[in-house]
Formats: sequence, C-alpha cells, structure tokens
Amino acid sequence: MQAPDGLDDLYQDIILDHWRSPHNQGALEHPHLHGEGFNPFCGDQIDLTMTLGEDGRINDVGFVGQGCSISQASASMLSDQLKGKTLDEAEAFVRMFKGIMQGEEVSDELEEEIGEIAALQGVKNHPIRIKCALLGWTTLQDAISEYRKTAS
Amino acid sequence: MYDVSAVRNDFPILSRQVNGKPLVYLDNAATSQKPQSMIDALVDYYSRYNSNVHRGVHTLSMEATDAYELARQKIATFINAPSPDNLIFVRNTSEAINLVAYSWAAANLKKGDRVVSTEMEHHSNLVPWQHAVAEAGAELKLMKMAEDYSLDLSELDELLTPQTKLVAFTQMSNVLGTITPAKEIVAAAHRVGALALVDAAQSVPHIAVDVQDLDCDFLAFSGHKMAGPMGIGVLYVKSEVLEQMEPFLRGGEMVLEVTYEKATWADLPMKFEAGTPSVADSIGLGAAVDYLTALGMDNIRQHEVELTTYALERFKELEEVTTYGPTDMSIRGGVVSFTMGNVHPHDIGQVLDQAGVAIRTGHHCAMPLVRSRLHLPATARASFYLYNTEAEVDALIDGLKTTSRFFGDASSRRS
Repeated sequence: MQAPDGLDDLYQDIILDHWRSPHNQGALEHPHLHGEGFNPFCGDQIDLTMTLGEDGRINDVGFVGQGCSISQASASMLSDQLKGKTLDEAEAFVRMFKGIMQGEEVSDELEEEIGEIAALQGVKNHPIRIKCALLGWTTLQDAISEYRKTAS
Repeated sequence: MYDVSAVRNDFPILSRQVNGKPLVYLDNAATSQKPQSMIDALVDYYSRYNSNVHRGVHTLSMEATDAYELARQKIATFINAPSPDNLIFVRNTSEAINLVAYSWAAANLKKGDRVVSTEMEHHSNLVPWQHAVAEAGAELKLMKMAEDYSLDLSELDELLTPQTKLVAFTQMSNVLGTITPAKEIVAAAHRVGALALVDAAQSVPHIAVDVQDLDCDFLAFSGHKMAGPMGIGVLYVKSEVLEQMEPFLRGGEMVLEVTYEKATWADLPMKFEAGTPSVADSIGLGAAVDYLTALGMDNIRQHEVELTTYALERFKELEEVTTYGPTDMSIRGGVVSFTMGNVHPHDIGQVLDQAGVAIRTGHHCAMPLVRSRLHLPATARASFYLYNTEAEVDALIDGLKTTSRFFGDASSRRS
C-alpha cells in the first residue's frame, strides 16, 4: 500500500523493510564496546554491542531495541555499515549523519557512499522524528566515548 | 444536554486545518482547547485594567484585585470549597503537589512514617513523594491496579497503618481513564488519622467535584486542562490544615510586617502566594469556570460517557488494536489508551497527524504504570472533551484503519 499522503518521504519501502526485519539483531557476548540509548519522549530503546578486530576496526555489531519504525530502521541501517570502520571513522560517520539531519546538503558522492541510509533524508522534513532517527547513532557515539574513557 | 455544534463554534481553534484536513483534537488529557470567552477575558484584562494586585490605591489596581479575587470566588464555588480562602493559586498541579510536599510534608513527615499512593499516578503525584519520604526517612507504599484497570482497594486496610500520615492519589488516571472511589479512600485515610490529597488534574475538568463531599484535605488541579489558560492551577486546602502550614515560598505579597530581622505572614491564602501572581491567568480560569458551569458539569460528563462508549464500540472493529482501561463507564473518563500490534505508537501518531487527528503517544508522564504494570514501552492515547463529536471518533477510526493497512502491508511484505 502507498504511504498515506504526505508521508511517502518518511516511510520509504527500504525503511519499512529494515523495520520489519532489522539486520544484525542480538547482543554480542563479549563486546569491546557497549552502548544503551533511551528516548524517554517515546520510549525508544537501543542496545548496541560491538567487537574490535586486532587491526582496531569494528568486526562485529549486534543491536537489540524496541521503538518506532524510524528509530529501529535507522539503527539497523547503521549497523550494516559499521563493520570494517575504525572508531575514528565511525565517529566521523556519526557527525556526517547528524549533519544530514540538520539539513546539510548531501552530495552525489556522499549519497553513493552511504547507500540505503540516504533513504532517511526524508526524516528531516518531520523534525519531531529526527531524535528517533538519531537514537542508534548517539548510542554509538556514547559507546565509543565510554570505550575511549576506559581504554585510556 | 447542550448542542455540540454550537459549542464547537465557541472554540476558534477547532475551525483550523492541519495538513489540509480539519483538526480533530483528541489530546485533551494533555491540555484542552479554549473558548473565545476565556481568550477575551485575558485580552480584556491586558487591554483595560492590567495592574498589580493587593497594593495600589489607584483604580486599575483595585479593578485587577477585584477581578482576581472574584476569579478565586468562582473557582471556590465550582468545587464547593467553604471559602475562597481555601484556594491557593499556583502554576499547575505539579506545583500544587510540591507545595504540599515542601510545606506540609516537610514539617509533618517523620522517620518511620508512611505515605500511601497508587500505581496509576502521573509523575506529578509520585516523584514529589519519593523525594519527601527519602528526606524524612519515611516510606512510600502503593495501592495496586486491579486486573480490570480499577484501583484495587483490597489491601487498603493493610496499607493504612497508624504510621500513615498521607494518602495521595489520583481521582482519574490520565492513562487508563480510571475514576477512583475518592470519597471512600479519603474516609479510610481519616480512619487512621492520615490526611488525604486528591490529584484532580483529570477529574475537575470532566466531572463535578465537591471538596466538602469528598472531605479531602488537599485537592490539586490545573487550569489549562479545563478550558483555562496555561500557567495557572489551584491547590485547595481544608482550613484547619492550611492554618497549621508554613509558607512554601517567601518574599513579596505574602507578608504582613517585615523588619530587617524577620517577617510575619499575610492572611490566608496570600501567605502562600509569594510574588506577583499570574493575575490574567487567574481571571481567565474564572472565565473558563463560568463557561463550564453554563454548560453544566453533569452534561459534560454525560456527553463524554456517550462519546467514549461510542469510541470503545468502534475500536472493536480494529482487530489488531488493544485498548486499556475499565469497561465500566461509571468508573471511566473519556480516555482511551491503545496499542496496535507491532506498530509503534509514534508511527500511529504520525499517520493520524497527517489526517489532522491529534493524539498523544508515549508514556503520558506515568512511566512506571505504562512500563512496569502494563508492560508496554508506550501507548497511543485518544482523550475527549466537551466539544468532541462522533464524527471525530470516526475520523480517528478511519485513520487507524489506514495506519493498520499501511504497516500491515509493510510487515507482511517480507513474510
């Protein structure tokens, strides 16, 4: 069924697919990084775990959560693209996504690079949902900050 | 009964459009809309006689003081308080309850004492007591929600020990719509020598409330949920309790005589109204009370019972929807919380908004009830007021059918 009028930019098929069948589901057993995000406004929750390889790159990601379609789809899409990134690269990735949500222009090259995540651009037309889309990403940032604190 | 279509013309906001559709405002438990007569009272005050109260000898100040005190009188009559002096103007229900916690409880709660509340409280009648008992070394115990979403009174006798100093409870749950047997609970509290505080934020706007009949010691409510302005609320306190209470806030307006060393307090209720009060909003609340009184609280209640009954019947058409709250309309207000399968309330609210239908989604400031008792991360909630219609319920149900079809298709696409 077609999205209700005015919501087709928000509820794109790819987002609904991730909502229905989120990727990388589950909590990793011995994670190097762990973050828990909670949005009290709507009750969305994300629990994110990651392991690092010997090269310092993220080699596995698991997330469990509950919440609205946007928060869970966004976290699912994020989890797909984290593997292979260093923590610095992951942080830059978070900054990039926050920029998109704040209305920064997305170049063709960037759109190419972020793949499915580009589908989340419609969220910025619905300001109240931006927090939902960001939940997984802020949880990732918190997990990295916490890891750096304890690792240093 | 009154003519709902005529009543709707009194509320200018109800004729606006949202996303190209007529506004269907079903978030009344959060705040109600305002009749033109209330808006006019605010404009009239600021246009004609804006002035500080209780001090000037000039005409404007006397007019403002008279209007301010007349508003207090109207509101006192509305809840059948013995005197306007029993009413303290505050910003909202939360502030009213905090006033009791900081003034009465701080002086009267001792180590080993007990405060009894319920599982269905709004945060505003839970968090202040968590703090008050922690400060005093007292304990907080809760009456349970029963399986049928009523308040379970079966353990009341065990809960109400001689150490119990206060029973603080809601008269109507903002999540479930449950109307509690307030008079019975107040009487039980008094039997063990405890005082009783009624959180009437959801009840005073929707049902006739008589503080002398309830015999409660404290009763708190907000103006903005009852067709009045935001930023004004009322704490009713029984005279013999109020006379024993120390001020909560100290400063201007609330003093009789001040030296460099000390001060004595003004008469009641000004002793509890430090600083310049929200004069216009108090007058606006008086105008809202006039409006509600003219319609008749019993008529408003009857209208909401009929509308909620209709809504609950129509909800049954939606197989994947679960509603929460009593089925017995004699103990239920015009509140319907619901969930829809695996579709998150936030997504429901978004689709409805696109159809011009405003509902609330989330935990409704009752996080423990929603998460720990209903075992839900959030619910969607439609709540009605005196101006809502069956056609608006139909718009809600149509919107929910659209939501269900859309997300239902989306969820079956992969399976």
